[in-house]
Amino acid sequence: MNIVVCIKQTFDTEAKIALDSQGKIDSQGVNLIINPYDEFAIEEGIRLKEQLGGEVTVVSLGGERAQEAIRTALAMGADKGILVSDPSLEEVDEWVAAEVLAKAVEGISYDLLLAGRIAIDDGSAQVAVRLAEKLGVPSVSSVLKIEADGEKITAVREIDGGTETLEIPLPAMVTAQKGLNEPRYPSVAGIMKAKRKPLNVVSLADLGLNAGDLSPKMVVDSTALPEARKGGRKLEGEPDQVAKELVQLLRDEAKVI
Amino acid sequence: MELALKGGGFLLADVTPEQVFTPEELNEDHLQLKRMTANFVEKEIGPHIEALEEQQEGLARKFMAQAGELGLLGLEIPEEMGGLSMDKYATVVVGEEVPRGASFAVSFAAHTGIGTLPIVYFGTPEQKEKYLPGLASGEKIAAYCLTEPGSGSDALGAKTTAVLNEEGTHYILNGTKQFITNAGFADVFLVYAKVDGKLTNFIVERDMPGVSFGPEEKKMGIKGSSTREVILEDVAVPVENIVGELGRGHVVAFNILNVGRFKLAAAAIGSAQIALETALKYASERKQFGVTLDTFGAIRAKFAEIATQCYMAESVVYRTAGLMDEVCKDLDLTGDCRKEAGKALEEYAIECSLNKVLASEVLDFAVDEGVQIHGGYGFISEYPIERMYRDSRINRLFEGTNEINRLLVPGTLLKRAMNGELPLLQAAQNVSKDLMSVGLPSDNEGLEALLDMVGKAKKLCLMAAGIAAQNLGMELKDNQYVLMGMAEMVLQVYAMESAVLRAMKVQDMDVTDDHKLFVEKAATLGCYTAMNILEQHAKEVICAAAEGDSLSTVLAGMRKLTRRPNVDMIGLRKDVADLVVEKGKYPIR
Repeated sequence: MNIVVCIKQTFDTEAKIALDSQGKIDSQGVNLIINPYDEFAIEEGIRLKEQLGGEVTVVSLGGERAQEAIRTALAMGADKGILVSDPSLEEVDEWVAAEVLAKAVEGISYDLLLAGRIAIDDGSAQVAVRLAEKLGVPSVSSVLKIEADGEKITAVREIDGGTETLEIPLPAMVTAQKGLNEPRYPSVAGIMKAKRKPLNVVSLADLGLNAGDLSPKMVVDSTALPEARKGGRKLEGEPDQVAKELVQLLRDEAKVI
Repeated sequence: MELALKGGGFLLADVTPEQVFTPEELNEDHLQLKRMTANFVEKEIGPHIEALEEQQEGLARKFMAQAGELGLLGLEIPEEMGGLSMDKYATVVVGEEVPRGASFAVSFAAHTGIGTLPIVYFGTPEQKEKYLPGLASGEKIAAYCLTEPGSGSDALGAKTTAVLNEEGTHYILNGTKQFITNAGFADVFLVYAKVDGKLTNFIVERDMPGVSFGPEEKKMGIKGSSTREVILEDVAVPVENIVGELGRGHVVAFNILNVGRFKLAAAAIGSAQIALETALKYASERKQFGVTLDTFGAIRAKFAEIATQCYMAESVVYRTAGLMDEVCKDLDLTGDCRKEAGKALEEYAIECSLNKVLASEVLDFAVDEGVQIHGGYGFISEYPIERMYRDSRINRLFEGTNEINRLLVPGTLLKRAMNGELPLLQAAQNVSKDLMSVGLPSDNEGLEALLDMVGKAKKLCLMAAGIAAQNLGMELKDNQYVLMGMAEMVLQVYAMESAVLRAMKVQDMDVTDDHKLFVEKAATLGCYTAMNILEQHAKEVICAAAEGDSLSTVLAGMRKLTRRPNVDMIGLRKDVADLVVEKGKYPIR
């Protein structure tokens, strides 16, 4: 079974977020990791390959540094990597990402597509689903368990207050929820082998796409850091009076009631 | 070999930035390996540190097996024998991250370093075939047994004996080995015993009849590591278990300690960075007078000093890794390479001792200030810094006390000078002759000026050593008061030079501006601090060795060599602190 895993490189969860002089998030000197949900997807892809044979191709969209993330996936046991990297892709929305990834994935023979449920940096959970739509394959999100037999898969996914078991014909897209598996660490031997595995860096032109046709449908106007938490205020006096004052403040100042 | 790259040669020749390796030059594999190790140790071992501290049965062994599965135990073992034939940089990056697992780092280091390496470097091909695959996978754990109740620093005073049996097939070992790391669960013991009064190294297996163990020692720190006596009573060890040559166990023991010291330094610089991170995190959360601790200059200055010392030691360790890798990379470790290995590992004995001393003292400084930054909470066991403080202390004691390691520096230098391997005395004489010209101010600025200062520091070091050798003569080698001063000077020179050359090299690299700024500021702050220490010791050595007119002449020369532009140390500390506090960690990690 051939599997494609879509991954995103994100900030380390402990990274300190700072804005640069243009008011954009500054990634200089920040440690980057594979989006943790995508790691579940990689692990699942490798496990299914180990079980059923085939190849795992990791696909990502990002800057030069995203190669590190793909190398890590290769060190874990994936077979090939494709990175779409293009200066014009610096600011993309989910629509653009899905359009570009669809082109990149089209050229690969796949039975199953895997991705993380959500990206931890911007909280986006759209790309995998949009990609499935674009490719015309069914998708199941937030999956906790996958069983595959080459023709179809059985997936268990989270629903409100329980789980749901679905049978899906292949090819299909599945997004990984925490709990799907415990991702392995790349072994030293895996790291050494990874550099001999193919990693293609392709541009939009290589994919036959034109930057002009890919202007994002959503544009970020500005980015701001959350305001530092202010100290609380203590109201003192008789209970009746304090309660009144509190209600007043909640309505006029905090504007929550 | 070019003088600048010979062991101890840095003192006599100019070294260029191209000749030092820097952590900025690690390749993508090294970085992946470093990240993987940190992740593995933090996630798999981190949550169990408390249980590990209580020596929960089987836990250390389990972690070793996991590390083995990932390949972390086989970095220095040849591929043909189940290892990965990695370079020395891999050893360093892994060594730096393993201390995130507290005491596990000690079990790990004892096993992969002094436990396994005697076989890697000095074993016969048969011994390698037999033992290395198991040691690489973690199926077997190794321990190094040199120390005895009556002989610690005086390792050659060991009393354990080995006598050949009548059949000539086995040596019969008797004696007690003390403070043996991993003794509680190791399978393979590299035991040093005397055959006809001469130290010889044997592989002893746990299940050989006559091997028994003392109870676990109750220790100040590294409580999660096993430390016991290994008692040998008429243990029959096959003759083919001799490692290295019969009667030349000291070659194995001391050369393996060279690598061990270098590896210890890697672990210590990693640990110091962890202590720094821990203190930074605390200071960013704890409030006094309405603001967090990391806003106070008194605290920020501490962060600047810790980070600067970390930078100095890190520069030294990676530079030494470069040297060690160069000298070890052509060894054919699959075959019998005893002779070549002995020579290779001996080359940088001085540098390895300097690594050990510097890194262990930087770590002690970092944890001590780390506790201080925590205030009273630093004294409470619930806070990790309290454990780090206790765990740090052993590093100045094991693998040769820092005193022994310091004494080895002038001792080895003098020995090499006598053997004609290093033109030390000639260099010292040249300095006296050149004194007329050295005081001239130079137009250099910034890092170039700093490198000028290092050049003068070397001359000062040589001058003081020359005076001591000339005036104290044969008495010098037994005058430890003076020798310790000389060792300190050499230590500071090595640290300063490593820091400056790295900072210069980094300026042309593709790293962030903050990275360049940090290395420049830290190198400057670190070098000026080091120069102050060096100056003090030079003066002490000179005053002890000379008197009268000759003393005045030498002190006048010294003034020329210590003349340096004034810098705003407080300003530098502020700049470094800004970078450290902003990043919340060792800023170039």
